[in-house]
This record gives sequence, C-alpha cells and structure tokens, in this order.
Amino acid sequence: MNAVQEEVLSGLATIVNEIAGVAPDEVLPDRSFADDLDVDSLSMVEVVVAAEERFGVTIPDEAAGRMKTVSDAIDYILANR
Amino acid sequence: MHSTDRKVVVTGVGATTPLGGDSPTTWQGLLAGRSAVRLLTHAWAAETPVRIGAEIAVEPTEHLSRTEARKLDRSTQFALIAAREAWADAGFTAPAGTDGSVDPDRLGVVISSAIGGVTSLLQQYDILRDQGVRKVSPHTIPMMLPNTQGANVGLDLNARAGVHSPVSACASGSESVGYAIDMIRTGRADIVVAGGTEAAIHPLNMAGFGNMMAMSKRNEDPAAASRPYDAARDGFVIGEGSGIVVLEAAEHAARRGARVYAEAVGQGLSADSHHVTQPEPTGRGIAAALTGLLDSCDLKPTEIVHVNAHATSTPKGDVAEVKALRKVLGDAMEHVAVSATKSMTGHLLGGAGGVETVATVLALHHRLAPPTINIDVLDPEVEADIVRDEPRALPDGPIAALNNSFGFGGHNVVLAFRTV
Repeated sequence: MNAVQEEVLSGLATIVNEIAGVAPDEVLPDRSFADDLDVDSLSMVEVVVAAEERFGVTIPDEAAGRMKTVSDAIDYILANR
Repeated sequence: MHSTDRKVVVTGVGATTPLGGDSPTTWQGLLAGRSAVRLLTHAWAAETPVRIGAEIAVEPTEHLSRTEARKLDRSTQFALIAAREAWADAGFTAPAGTDGSVDPDRLGVVISSAIGGVTSLLQQYDILRDQGVRKVSPHTIPMMLPNTQGANVGLDLNARAGVHSPVSACASGSESVGYAIDMIRTGRADIVVAGGTEAAIHPLNMAGFGNMMAMSKRNEDPAAASRPYDAARDGFVIGEGSGIVVLEAAEHAARRGARVYAEAVGQGLSADSHHVTQPEPTGRGIAAALTGLLDSCDLKPTEIVHVNAHATSTPKGDVAEVKALRKVLGDAMEHVAVSATKSMTGHLLGGAGGVETVATVLALHHRLAPPTINIDVLDPEVEADIVRDEPRALPDGPIAALNNSFGFGGHNVVLAFRTV
C-alpha cells in the first residue's frame, strides 16, 4: 500500500472507530464493513457521510452500496477526490 | 396449555433516577427523604421561567459504551440500564435463549414513556435546520419513535413473546406494568420486563410545561419545590430516569427458585373524559379505576396499607386523588399510609410509574413506606394519613399496596401489589 492509500485507510479507521467502536488497527483493507467491523446498514450511511466530509468526495448511494470492504472504499475515494 | 388466570410475581427491580444510578441507591435516597431537585445549569435554563429539575444522578455514559449510547435516545439509555439491572436482579446472567434459562418465545417487554425519543427528535431537527439533510443521522427514526425504549430493551434481552409500548402520558410506566401483568396472566408470556422511562429535560418541554402553568416556579429554593400536599404547592418539578421490574408467572419463579419481592395482584384502568390536561376535580375517574381494580382481582380494601400516590404537587391533582381514595376505600383509608415520592424524585413523567412501581414493591418487601418531604402546612383538603419526613414501618402479616399513575388526557392507572 502506498502512502496515499495509507492516509485514506487511517482516516477510515478513525471514522469506523468513532461510529462502530472498532479498534483502528482492526480496520484493514480486506475487512468487510458489515461482516467484520460491525457496521450495519444504518451505520454505513454514517461512515459514508463522514468519509465525504473528511476526504472531500461525493459518494452517491449506488457507489456506497458497492463498498463492501475497506479497500472498496479506499479505491473509490482515491479515484474520485 | 397456559392458564388464563395465573398468579404474577415481581422477581427483579432496576432503576436509574435522580436519587441514584440503581435501585438500591434510589431506595436509600427515598428513605433518607433526600430531594434530588436542583437548579438547572444548562445555558438555556437562563431563558426559561422554570429553571429547576431533577436530573439523573449517574449519567448513562457511565454504564453504556459510547457506540451503544450514540444510537439510543437518552430515555432508551435509561431504560436499558434499569432493565439490565432488573434482569440481573432477577437472577439472569445472559439474554434469553443464550444460556438456556429463559425461553425467548416466552419473554416479553413492555416499556414506554410519555413523550418518546423527544431529545433525539429535537437534536436531529436542529441538525437538519443548521447543517442540512445529509447530516441527519440515519438512526433518527428508530431513536425517536415512541416505541424506541421497549424495542431496544426487547432486542437487548432477546424477547420474542411480544414487545409493547402503551403510551398514556404520565401514566405510561404504570400502564406498561399493567399490560405486562395481563400478558402473563393470559398466558402470552412467562416473564415480562416492564416499566417506564423519560428524558425530557429540554428547553422545548420546559417552555411548554412552563407556559401551561403546570410546573413549580420555586427557582429560589429547588429542594423545596416539589411539595405534594403542602398548602403552598405550585406545580410539579420535572425529573428524568427509569424504573423497570421483572414480572414472572409465580409457578415459573418457583420452579427456578427465584427470590420473590411481591405479588403483582392486578390493575384498574379508567379515563376521565373531562379535560385534556386538568384532572377531574372530584376524582370520579380515579375512583372508577380503583373500583375496577377491586372488582377485577382478589383484593380487599382492608388489605391495603400503603399507597404510592401519583401526587405531583399540583394544586388540583393531589386533592382529587385523595378524594377518590377516600371514596372507594372508605373506612379502610384509616390504616393506609400515603407516600408521595415525587417530593424527592420530581415527576419523571412516563418514567414515574416505573420508578414508583419499584418503590411500591420495595416498600412491601422491606415493610417500610418512604416519606413525603416538604410538607410545612398540610393542605386541609388532604384528608389522608400522609407519611411525612421519616419512613414508616408497615404492619406484619399479609399486606397490599397501590401505585397510582395518572396522565394528561385523563388516563388513570392503579396497580396493586401484595406481600408473598
């Protein structure tokens, strides 16, 4: 993972910790939001809104629906900001 | 398969109130005659005509994790804390179905409030107005729905026999306990976790209650503001918190060797159909609820030795209730010790019936009626034996006690409990 990806991962880890209480070091690229990180569908909306604000991107609902893993989110954010 | 007239008992109690973060400290606070009413220190309180209230003694964040708390309205946080205490007090160590001790299909939850998730509703409205649609929490609706407290406790304990939130303003907590008694009696459930909760100390409610002249304006002397039956009472003092009991079919409790606090004998219900907020002054509706109670269950007036009165410290309501008690209990009123615990806790609105159910059950269990504080001059219209300043021992032998709760809209709920 390059430095830019690391930076987004770190930001997402902070967000997921705030919303779902998961320790930041457990937020890793291959982790599923729903299955591994205790982020249910309502909390995922909060993660998406927080990510939009933090990274200055717009994440439409369809794109958010395709974000199953942390790396899905990193890829989308880097491709769209 | 299940009887339709089973005996129901109380096997667990829990509370988080202005007097304490659990039921033992709340009970000690009641016996000590301690007022929990304080000057409110919120910035908005400088603007409202009423600046006093009874806030929770232990903030819910002391018990709940931050991630758990952020999805729950403050009233639900209180209910969850009180319900978990009651559940553990009844001897359970895990949610139903996880350790084999309780069948989730036979467990119910009945918990309600007067105003629902009003704090969340108003906070999210502020966010909508100030920050826009996108910032409104996706948890807003489940946090503000009027069934939010029952639903979340039901989820926490894995209750599948039914989760209900009967709403009747300040009678909500007691109506929930009554509904729960019927769920067990009619065979729908073996155990029901029931009670009330409220978190409504918010400037909108303070302005609304204040403008309708319902609340005491004794801002200069908060501890003396809630003074049921005193000649100079001038309205209720708002409180917040929750009281929850575990009700259980007597044979189920006996089978598992549970400690039993009291029998939940039954309930009486009526409606005033008089005025949207004013109590009916003769106590006609309350008397109908009391009569309904005595007619519907095996309880004699002479068994009743204690009443935890609704008595909110309003000029009209306190007197109407006493008139109704005298009318229905007659000569039996001579040996009834009446306590108005709102003199210490303030009025917890939908939480009141829950907390006062806990207080009534503990009064029977310990045979000790908590005091009423702040009566300097007893209103001469209050023709009842009020327990004043110090707790009073209740007699030996089989005794019963009532918990009265009434609500805006004319809802009257009377619950009866008896020693076992």
